[in-house]
Amino acid sequence: MIYEVFRQERKGQAFEHAGSVVAPDAEFAEAWAREQYGRRGESNALWLVPRDAIHDVEGWADEFDLKYRRVDGYSIKARLKEARERAAARTG
Amino acid sequence: MRDEQAFLEYVQGGGQVETGDWMPDDYRAKLVKFIEMHGNSELMGVLPEREWILRAPTLQRKLALTAKVQDEVGHAQLIYRVVEDLGKPRERCLTDLVDGKAKFHNVFHYPTKTWGDVGVIAWLVDAAAIISQKALLKCSYAPYARIMKKICWEESFHILHGRDVILAMVTGTPEQFELVQEALNRWWGPLMQFHGNPIPKDEDPMYVWRIKSQGNEDARQQFLEGYVPQIWELGLTVPDPNLRRNDEGVWEYSEPDWDELKHVVTGNGPRTEERLAFRRRFLDQEQWVRDAVLAA
Amino acid sequence: MNELLLGLADDELVIGWRDSEWTGIAPMLEEDVAFSSIAQNEIGHARAVYELLTDDADALAFDRTPDEYRCAPLVQLHLLEWAHTIARRWLYEVADEIRVTALMVDVPVAAKINREEAYHRMHAEMWHERLRDEPRFREAVTELWPFALGVVLPEQRAELCSRVKLEEVEAVERGTFGDSFAALHDEMTMVRRSAPAGAQW
Repeated sequence: MIYEVFRQERKGQAFEHAGSVVAPDAEFAEAWAREQYGRRGESNALWLVPRDAIHDVEGWADEFDLKYRRVDGYSIKARLKEARERAAARTG
Repeated sequence: MRDEQAFLEYVQGGGQVETGDWMPDDYRAKLVKFIEMHGNSELMGVLPEREWILRAPTLQRKLALTAKVQDEVGHAQLIYRVVEDLGKPRERCLTDLVDGKAKFHNVFHYPTKTWGDVGVIAWLVDAAAIISQKALLKCSYAPYARIMKKICWEESFHILHGRDVILAMVTGTPEQFELVQEALNRWWGPLMQFHGNPIPKDEDPMYVWRIKSQGNEDARQQFLEGYVPQIWELGLTVPDPNLRRNDEGVWEYSEPDWDELKHVVTGNGPRTEERLAFRRRFLDQEQWVRDAVLAA
Repeated sequence: MNELLLGLADDELVIGWRDSEWTGIAPMLEEDVAFSSIAQNEIGHARAVYELLTDDADALAFDRTPDEYRCAPLVQLHLLEWAHTIARRWLYEVADEIRVTALMVDVPVAAKINREEAYHRMHAEMWHERLRDEPRFREAVTELWPFALGVVLPEQRAELCSRVKLEEVEAVERGTFGDSFAALHDEMTMVRRSAPAGAQW
């Protein structure tokens, strides 16, 4: 069985995919992943997940360009400039 | 995108390929062969160094050398996993290797004769390998590029360990200095052949597909530029009277023996047979363990 | 006490040396990496204990004559075959736990060793579970059992028997050396002996 290995470098950080080991069960996978991904003290923790348990997700529809949900969906430069000019004219 | 031309433009433009993506048959075949050769090299590279683990002259050197060789086995594991995910099972890679049907790098076909070899291998052979490996960080095939990050990071201590071994000997007894010089004299030829003959990048399929991101001669020049000054500053000599850096900053050297390289990598090196036989012996002897453990 | 510590250090040195022989040729690559860590840990333990006894751990590790070592016959055996190697690992770890925990009372470094050995014990037990029904493994255990008894003191042997569930037999005691140890010592010291004493490496 293939076990995917996710490692957390330091406490508080995200677990990142680091590689995989071939092992008959979780016990062997642990013994082996501990050394392959941690013998230098380079990992705070590991998650071992059988490859079959991973559900692969890819491909998003983006047909109508709904940019209002993102920062790049907004262009405030021109209006900001005008607002500042008007404010200056009022006080000036 | 099942169009070879479009794929070519994609990878040449820096595009990355994942395991499940469509790839041209030629790309896949070349990729598997290249990566498998790398895995074989890491595994065969263990054997010349292994005998010195048992002979290390201090506890510290024993630990460091064992750890270095352990890393190489670890690298083989990472590399064969990539090959397996591309469709070639590990067992087949290993049987092809011991049956002489697959290649591994020239340097691992040569004998190691003294503790001087241990230093020279860790310092210079590993340095030559790291230059190639750093170029692979940009490999178009992403799973391989990703493992190269871990490999390069781990190799950084190997060179330092090698240099430390060499420095201890060149500042030790005259006999120890001679051990280093003698080993260097023997390893220089294979080292100069290591990066392959200077085929222009655009004629090298590995470069065209952006599996490699560096031409052979570039790699060799990088090696010479980095390491010849380090060799000379210790008072060691390089056994090539034509070796010099010209006014354009290009290193000139005697033409390496390309026939020797071809002869060796096709399975005729001084230690090829013996090492493959050694590996075959243990592969066969321990088949029952894999059957007992890995069978579901 | 020093005799016990030297026995511990020499056991760890020699079993670590033997185990390091598997680097590159273990049955599977993942196990090769893990097994090498165990070998390195053992050498590290040997060094830590030698340092309790001397300022020059390397001299103590390398420069004695073979008959001056205090290692148990179990660790001296040259066993480049997996069933025997794992049988030895398993028997050794059980025996070592008994011996090391007894020393922990007086020797702080023994507690550190014990904590690291927890992983070795897990590894050995994992393999023991997998191979316990394999005839070759059982034969290897039977063959090595008298040697395993020699690792612990006579008063500790009943405990060892109860943990591995085997009947006590006549032990192969410390102080005996086979040919394989002389060969190992020769190989181990060949580079070191090639330079004058005190040479740096």
